[in-house]
Amino acid sequence: MLTLRIIPCLDVRDGRVVKGVKFQNLRDAGDPADQAAAYEGQDADEICILDVSATIEGRENQNPTIRAVRRNVSIPITAGGGVREVADARQLLQSGADKVSVNSAAVARPELLSDLAARFGVQCVVLAIDASREEDGHWVVRTHSGTSKAPLDAVEWAAKGAELGAGEILLTSWDRDGTREGYDLDLLRAVRGAVNVPIIASGGADSAKHMAEAVEAGADAVLAASIFHDGDTTVSSVKEELAALGVEVRR
Amino acid sequence: MNIAVIDTGSANTRSVETALRRVGLEPTAVDDPGDVLAADRVLLPGVGAFGAAMDQLRRQELLEPLRERLRAGWPTLAVCIGLQLLARTSEEENGIEGVGVLDAAVGRFESSVRVPHMGWNRVHAPATAQWITTGYAYFANSYRVPGTSKDALETDGWSVATCDYAGDFVAAVSREGVMACQFHPELSGRWGLDLLSAWIERTKETV
Repeated sequence: MLTLRIIPCLDVRDGRVVKGVKFQNLRDAGDPADQAAAYEGQDADEICILDVSATIEGRENQNPTIRAVRRNVSIPITAGGGVREVADARQLLQSGADKVSVNSAAVARPELLSDLAARFGVQCVVLAIDASREEDGHWVVRTHSGTSKAPLDAVEWAAKGAELGAGEILLTSWDRDGTREGYDLDLLRAVRGAVNVPIIASGGADSAKHMAEAVEAGADAVLAASIFHDGDTTVSSVKEELAALGVEVRR
Repeated sequence: MNIAVIDTGSANTRSVETALRRVGLEPTAVDDPGDVLAADRVLLPGVGAFGAAMDQLRRQELLEPLRERLRAGWPTLAVCIGLQLLARTSEEENGIEGVGVLDAAVGRFESSVRVPHMGWNRVHAPATAQWITTGYAYFANSYRVPGTSKDALETDGWSVATCDYAGDFVAAVSREGVMACQFHPELSGRWGLDLLSAWIERTKETV
C-alpha cells in the first residue's frame, strides 16, 4: 500500500523562501534549491513550491527557481502560485515540475482544471483550496492568498474540482496556517467524504502526532512548512515518530 | 553516451532528462523513424493519455521502428504511460491498439482505493532478478497492467516486478535490453537513480 507522504512546502517570493503566519509578515528562510536538496536528504517524499511573489517582476523568478530545484532533487516537485492558464502550467512542467497546483484561477474559471487534465493528465493537476470556517460550521473558499472569500463551499468545490480533472486536492486550513495547532480534522473528514482523489493536508502541523491524526481523518499526504524551516525537527525524525505511531512511511 | 527521447506530445520530459544526465546519459529529442531504430538507447517517456500518445507514434511513423527495437531487445526504456503503451489494449481508450509487445490489457484501478494511485509504494523484485531490487518507488497512475498478466508475460520471457494496490499489478518488466517501469524511476530518489545506472551498465555491451 501507499506510504504517507511528507511534503515540505517552500513558499517562494522573488526567488527566496519565505515564511509567515497567514501569508503575512513574511521573513526570509533561505535558498529554495539548497533547502529542497536538504529535505530530500532527510527522506522528504515530495517538494511543494508555491510562488507568493506580490509583483510580476518577482514572479519572473518562478521558472528559474523550479529549474534550480529540479537540478538538485530526484523526487516529485509540485509547483504553484500564479498559474492562470495552460501555458503557465506548461512552462512550469518544462522547467522541471511534475505537478502543477492551481488555486484562484480555477475558482474564477473552473474549466481550467479540465483543460489542464486534458493536456497533461489528471495526475499532473493539483487543486489547492484555502478554506476557512464560517460561524455556521461550513468552510468557505478563500482566494488571492487568502485575502478574499469566494462564494463557494470548500467541500462542494473539492468535489467539483475532482470531477473536472483535479487528481489531487491540496487542502489548506486558513484558520490553522502557521499556528501549529494541528490540522483541521473536521475539514479533512468532510472533504474525504466528498472525493476519491488523494488529499494533502495542510495548515497547522506541529508534530508527528498531528500528522497521524490527519491520516486518521483521511489525508494521504501531509504538508508542513514552519516546523521544518525553523529547524525544530527534520523530516527523518518526524518519519521515525510516525512509524512508532504505526503509520507506514518510506525510510 | 546518448539516449534518444521520443516526443509523445504532452509528456513532461524535463524530470526524466535531468535524472538521465545525472546517471551519465545525454538525452536528445528524436522524431525520425530511422533514428529511433539506429539510436543506441531510446526513452519512451512519462506522462499523457494512451490514445493521444499512440496517435502521435503512428503519425510520426515511430510505431514500427519502436516495435522492432523492443522485439530485438535493444536498449529501450519506457516510463509510466510508456509501459502501458507496450500492452495490447487499454481501458483508458477502448478500440485503440497499443504497441503490443506485452501480452496484457491495461485496466483502471478499482474505485475501492484512491485513484490516481499517487505516491510511494513498495516494488517487489522477482526472487532471482539482477536488474531491480525491492524498494520504494514513486507512482502517479490511474491505470495499470493487472497482476493476472504476470504468467503470460513470464512465458514470453519478461522478468516481472510487482506492486500491491488493491491487488498485485505490474510495476516493471525487463527483457534483454528493454526495461519498462510503471513508476517514475527519475522521481524515486536514490533507489530510482540506482535502477537507471544498473540499466545503463548492463546494456553497455549491446550498444
